[in-house]
Amino acid sequence: MQRITRQDVERTADLARLSLTEAEIVALTRDLDRILEHADQLKDLDTESTVPTAHAIVLPTPQRADEPVPGMDVESALANAPLREGSAFVVPKVIEGEES
Amino acid sequence: MSVDPMERYEAVIGLEVHTHLKTRSKLFSPAPVRYGDEPNHNVHPIDLGMPGVLPVLNEKVVGLAIRLGLATHSRVNQRSVFSRKNYFYPDLPKGYQISQYDEPIVSKGWIEIEVPTDSGQPAAGEKKRGETPKERRRIGITRAHLEEDAGKSIHDAAVAGADDTHIDLNRAGVPLLEIVSEPEMRSPEEASAYLRALRSILRYIDVSDADMEKGQFRCDANISLRRRGESRLGTRTEIKNLNSFASVEGAIKAEIVRQAEILDDGGEILQATMAYDPQRGRTRILRLKENADDYRYFDDPDLIPLIIQDEEIEAVRADMPELPDEKRVRFQDEYGLSAYDVGVLISSRPLAEFFEQTATACGSAKSAVNWITRDLMKELNERGVDVGELAITPEMLGALIRLVDEGRLTARSARDLFPELAEQGGDPEAIMRVRGLEAVSDPGVIDGSVEEVVGANAKAVESVRAGDDKALNFLMGQVMKATQGKADPTDVRRRLVERIRG
Amino acid sequence: MDSLEAQSAGLAAAEVSSVELVDAALARIEAADATLNAVVGVRGDAARAEAAAADARRSAGDRRSPLDGVPLLLKDNMVQQGEPTTCSSRILEGFVSPYDSTVVTRLREAGAIVLGRSNMDEFAMGSSTEHSVHGPAHNPWDTGRSCGGSSGGSAAAVSSGMLPFALGSDTGGSIRQPASFCGVTGLKPTYGRVSRFGLVAFASSLDQIGPIARTARECAWILDAIAGHDAKDSTSIPEPAPRVSDALDGDVSGLTIGMPREYFEEDGADPEVVSCVRAAISELERGGAKLIEVDLPHTPFVVSTYYLVATAEASSNLARYDGARYGRRAEGVSDVDEMYRRSRSEGFGDEVKRRILLGTYVLSAGYFDAYYRKAQQVRTLVRADFERAFAQCDVIAGPTYPEVAFELGSKQDDPINMYLSDVYTVSANLAGLPAISIPCGLVRDLPVGLQLQGRAMDEATLLRVADGFQGRTDHHDQRPPGHLGQAAR
Repeated sequence: MQRITRQDVERTADLARLSLTEAEIVALTRDLDRILEHADQLKDLDTESTVPTAHAIVLPTPQRADEPVPGMDVESALANAPLREGSAFVVPKVIEGEES
Repeated sequence: MSVDPMERYEAVIGLEVHTHLKTRSKLFSPAPVRYGDEPNHNVHPIDLGMPGVLPVLNEKVVGLAIRLGLATHSRVNQRSVFSRKNYFYPDLPKGYQISQYDEPIVSKGWIEIEVPTDSGQPAAGEKKRGETPKERRRIGITRAHLEEDAGKSIHDAAVAGADDTHIDLNRAGVPLLEIVSEPEMRSPEEASAYLRALRSILRYIDVSDADMEKGQFRCDANISLRRRGESRLGTRTEIKNLNSFASVEGAIKAEIVRQAEILDDGGEILQATMAYDPQRGRTRILRLKENADDYRYFDDPDLIPLIIQDEEIEAVRADMPELPDEKRVRFQDEYGLSAYDVGVLISSRPLAEFFEQTATACGSAKSAVNWITRDLMKELNERGVDVGELAITPEMLGALIRLVDEGRLTARSARDLFPELAEQGGDPEAIMRVRGLEAVSDPGVIDGSVEEVVGANAKAVESVRAGDDKALNFLMGQVMKATQGKADPTDVRRRLVERIRG
Repeated sequence: MDSLEAQSAGLAAAEVSSVELVDAALARIEAADATLNAVVGVRGDAARAEAAAADARRSAGDRRSPLDGVPLLLKDNMVQQGEPTTCSSRILEGFVSPYDSTVVTRLREAGAIVLGRSNMDEFAMGSSTEHSVHGPAHNPWDTGRSCGGSSGGSAAAVSSGMLPFALGSDTGGSIRQPASFCGVTGLKPTYGRVSRFGLVAFASSLDQIGPIARTARECAWILDAIAGHDAKDSTSIPEPAPRVSDALDGDVSGLTIGMPREYFEEDGADPEVVSCVRAAISELERGGAKLIEVDLPHTPFVVSTYYLVATAEASSNLARYDGARYGRRAEGVSDVDEMYRRSRSEGFGDEVKRRILLGTYVLSAGYFDAYYRKAQQVRTLVRADFERAFAQCDVIAGPTYPEVAFELGSKQDDPINMYLSDVYTVSANLAGLPAISIPCGLVRDLPVGLQLQGRAMDEATLLRVADGFQGRTDHHDQRPPGHLGQAAR
């Protein structure tokens, strides 16, 4: 039984903002299917009443005092920018409807 | 279609409010929270989503969220979890927003709003404004959760050019509470009343400045229509980013009209995200939710779940300021004020406090409320400022009122003096002396003026004798002029009448 | 004089200067790295200046730690202010960090000199250091073979004597497996022991920074320098780290060593590797330790669990590489969506794309419960396995990896098979436990690693056993053959 289809791979790549070539789609569909086939072994385990583990340690919630420190030097903040204007990062225009 | 759609349909409205929490630093980074600076001047590598950075929770927000929970009769959850909401947008530096998903910090509460009786029902004939009977109604709060704000994308071609978008991350990481209501509002007016009540609470408890112009208080509205009598909910749409009370009301009205037109034509409402154009007074579809957003929420592995002990909640409770509704009841009971006056006084916490301090300073709640609802409100409205921005203090206003109540300053002089006092402050008694405004209460001085005026206006005196009150007013004016307005008009009138009519 | 212990002693006795050590390291990198490709960037002038300052300070009597004046390599996923960090990815081309990672700050406080950055698998995803924009790194023991990964450059550099120590990061074995392949010692501390602030995240709930050096004692010194609470990392253990170097007394008598049945029944393991490891564990028994069998019944499930959890977190952690604020933006993009898609597709390599896709898929609507949540639940079961086992023993011993270093390119076409070989290492990450790989012999002239896993927070016992083993054996003193080993002497 195929667990993941080429449509699943395309939809997932879209969510991850990856453009895949035809060869990549074929290879990744095959690879992911094999990985998920192996992962299906987990279904044999009864975890009905098992609490999931999200963190490897149990701690009191760390919190910091509400003390501001000055912002970064603006040149340092923008030093890595592929494109800037003034002190703003510049990206190509957003096509309407993408807004979340 | 000209007939009001609200006659055929009932609107079901829920609101999601995003309010900036009043902190000095950001939710997960120590960068300062400031408004109006040049782009990217208030950022830390954490806010830029630099490789390797990690979030650490600002402790202040926890207390503020607990406050909101207590003020809205909500449950403060002992355990809440920070989750990642994954999506791509250029003002979202990490590619995910840290938010709370299935375990929020606050859930299940309510607030009260004041609405016209039968609001949301079709209007039964025209009613005169101001005479609408009002009732108080509870609107449920589903949940409130902590999350970080995104930065700003500047699409404006005048700034960014036609082909580009500018990104400013000063706002990225500013702490927000998202407060989600139950879909329990039935009209644009109710939605607006809910927002006003919520904003008032947030300001009272000092959780947020909720300044809409600064983007500190923003609203998304969910709307569906159903035929009257129908209990099943219709398909809803969501209008994003409503930044003023007017746009909330306008957008909901417009969306009701749009949906009603579609339903009237036998059409189907599509689940969609809408935008509101206030210039044209219309809503339009931004994007359809056909391929439902897949945000892939999961617990943020960088943040440990937030555990709140009962003692922490009790400490916040002990420190809670009085809420608007509590103040309303107390002002009515304690000072015997009218519902209208109380409504004005409690409209903001600083104003209510100003009132109480003034009443203490002058010893008369009645005088204090008169001066505040009339003269002070006039100054505030004319200048468009809050009471804290004026130089006048409750002590100053109290002293002014005492001067009037003791008859040392006429009400008229006091009123003339008020704008200056409001703007510049000062000791009313000293100002009165310097200006020579002290009321003339020496009977000899007043009687002297009366004699003079009577002697110089024989014709008018004649008319007064004949019962002409207009003539009496003229003579009074002459006496007041002679005493430079510093005599008590009642006293002047009494003496004039005695002198003329004997 | 290529070990940390030797260099530290030499500096303390003023037989050598820090500047000389830095120059010697640069010379060895020059000589060996054309072959090994273990180093992706050096900061010669800055390091020499820091070394000169360290020399001056120490001669004034201020010696800060055993690391003072000693040069090291950082894995290229730990940021240093003013220095590039690439994570071996094209997408971080040109990136220069505006801030220091906490480990860099702590190393500086200890007086150590960061000489440069080591090669790795892209974003630490891999077990071979073949998935690198800088090209594959090679194993000093056999340059046709992999040095392991993802901290392969760090392990190869220490093994070939370029530098006495290096830092690595370990998400599912990325310190221990390359240490095993290269015949050096690599420690993954307890989750939360070393701050992750400034470590470029792969899988946040699993990542941990640790040392690679020749011996457990040296690893203890390094851990003492970099461990401890950091308020910038919310998952940092909120208490001072005990000085583990004080715990090393060379004595293993009285300790109980658990041998998981499942680790020695593994079908796919190289029998020679398994018997080499068994022999090493017997050496501990001769030292007075007690050996018992323990059960880790969920071992067959750990690899699946690990890959579901790790890739889900990674898919989110790697969303920030979008070409907007730093790193490489694809050329000629006309709208922001195209910028995302092309920058990411051109910037990430195949293995990273594979994992981002898997992780995105298992978090997506309809699959979350079946895969991601299920894996988190099994993670709970894996932790419980270890709790039960550690009620019976002090340390768990077994192989680090089922085989010796494989030939470069031999596993490229079979990612799943490569994943399955992580069976011994991923559990420590899932459970947050400390674990160490130490050299325990050669099979077909290639190093084999003995892995010891300890109780959470108890690096001391773990290192004590490792140190005890190294006190009784000389596997850690073995050097790669030929000029790569010669250069190290």
